[in-house]
Order: sequence, then structure tokens, then C-alpha cells
Amino acid sequence: MTPEQLAKIKAEGTVVAAKPRLLNDNTMHYCPGCSHGVVHKLVAEVIDEMDAENIAIGIAPVGCAVMAYNYIDVDWIEAAHGRAPAVATAVKRLNPSRLVFTYQGDGDLAAIGTAETLHAANRGENIAIIFINNGIYGMTGGQMAPTTLEGMVTATTPYGRDVELNGYPLNITPLLAQLPGTAYVTRQSVDTAAAVRKAKKAIRKAFENSLKGLGTSVVEVVSTCSSGWKLSPAKSNEWMRENMLTLYPLGDLKDAAKDLPKNK
Amino acid sequence: MATIKGAVDIDVERCKGCDLCVIACPCDVLQLQPKEVNDRGYHYVNDLNPDACIGCAACATVCPDGCITVYRLVEK
Repeated sequence: MTPEQLAKIKAEGTVVAAKPRLLNDNTMHYCPGCSHGVVHKLVAEVIDEMDAENIAIGIAPVGCAVMAYNYIDVDWIEAAHGRAPAVATAVKRLNPSRLVFTYQGDGDLAAIGTAETLHAANRGENIAIIFINNGIYGMTGGQMAPTTLEGMVTATTPYGRDVELNGYPLNITPLLAQLPGTAYVTRQSVDTAAAVRKAKKAIRKAFENSLKGLGTSVVEVVSTCSSGWKLSPAKSNEWMRENMLTLYPLGDLKDAAKDLPKNK
Repeated sequence: MATIKGAVDIDVERCKGCDLCVIACPCDVLQLQPKEVNDRGYHYVNDLNPDACIGCAACATVCPDGCITVYRLVEK
């Protein structure tokens, strides 16, 4: 192909994919191949498609995504460790017309913030929770998290997670699905193009539920941590598919809107 | 018959060389630079086989850093 032909495709063709408008030019601090980047991109795309740029308020966690406000051009609040659902509760109750979402990792949501998460979901707060689950504390150097798999080697479990000593992996999304306050609970991944498109639909649905006031929506994204797992990004995706998805199978766990009778 | 042609534009300074787009591409269009690096020292991705591109946007969809812009032209 000559440079002229390439220039013709770029000039006359349609743009089918590009960096979302709301994702700004700051280079992300995430490691190469990190799932956070893909989910940030999806959040920016969904907010842009919903035309919700001026009503979206994100609550950033403590963890790798602590500086999410540097990358997505909407309003953000940085919460104390694990307290994002509590902050989101206040924001949503004071501004019911806003699209309020939290963006949390597994150390934030499933360890220190378990109480806040469960109670916000149990109260049925109209917020969307995006939960990035990579089974490890990525930011602090790959220590064991509650979601770490049985036998998984981490910085603090060098011989693998021993359930007698460290307990069992905490599968928190099915717990949240049991609560009557949650409207939509789903588990997605972002390892292939098809999975990314499904995850985008799930995030869109969660954000729409927040605006409609149907209850709490939870989107778990099973993710990779190539630095923490000490694998290449491509190998991390393979490892995730082989190991993580047996304990954390993908799919919708609850969709209250679908189960409702049609006349309501 | 209409033919579909695609082209990719890569922001090489934003690229971190994670290799995910290379694996996602169904037509083997992309490849990491074997020797050259960008300003931050990553072997950035390059379209070494642009003729094969069909503009499916799988590369841009999986790219964690949003470095790839994909164009598609349908010729009748």
C-alpha cells in the first residue's frame, strides 16, 4: 500500500475507534497492559455516549486507580481507603439527579471497605460500583488480598495461599447479589475485544440504573496485574482465563429490571 | 463487490509496548518494533503490514492506553 492510499483511507474513511474525548492527554501511570486502562477508557466512552459529562461524579478509591481524576475529565472525589460507597451515598443523596459511580479495586472494596460496600448495597443507594478484581494488592507490591486464589503465590504468601492460615478467597459479588437493594450485579472481563464490548454494555447499564434510581449496580471486572503476578501482559490474560475464571465465572448474577413484571 | 480497507494511526509516544493489540489483531497487521524505542523506552507498536488491515478495531478496543485510531473505508 502506498502512502497515498493510506492517506485516502484516513481522509475519506470513517473513524471506527479512537481515544475517547473524555480521556485526556495525560499518560496513565499504569503498568503496560494493565486492565485499569481499558476500564478507564470504557468509563470515558460510556459517559460521553450518555452525554453525562456535566452530571457525572466519580469517587476514586485508594489503590492503583487513586489518580483516576487525572485521566477522565469529569468531576471526581477522592475517598479514604474503602470509603468510596459511603462518600457516593452522600453525593447521590444530596444530588439525586447526578450520575454517581465509584471505581474500586479488590483491596479497597473487598478488604477495608467491606462494611461500606455491603451496607451501601443493602440500603439500595442509587450508585454504580465498578469493581476491579485482580486478586492482589497491586499498588503496594503484590501482597495477598481477600480475593487471592487458593495456592496463589504473592509477596506475603510465598508458598501459596494456605486456607488454614489465610482463609478462603472472598467472592464478594454473589454476596452483593443476594441483597435486595442491588438492581444489577454482573461480572465481566476485559481480556479480549469481545469481552471489552460486553463490559462496556454492562457499565452503560449500571450508569443508566444509577440515573433511573433502580438501586445499586455492581460491575465486577476480573482483571490482570502483570507486575504483581510477574507475568507478561499476554501471559497474564492467559493465566486469568485458566485460573481466575473458575472461581469468578463471567456473566450476570442479578438483573432486577429484567425480572420485573412488564406493567410496572 | 465492496471491499473494506482499514488503516491504523498509532500515538507512539503514548504506547507502552504491552503487545495486547498485536495478539488481538486477526490479520497480523501490527508488530512491536524490535529495536527502536519511544521517548519513554518502550518498544512501541507499528503497522508493519498495513495492506492486511480490515479496520475491525480489535486493536483499539483492547488497547489500555487509547493509542490507536482506526479508520475504515468501504470501496464500491
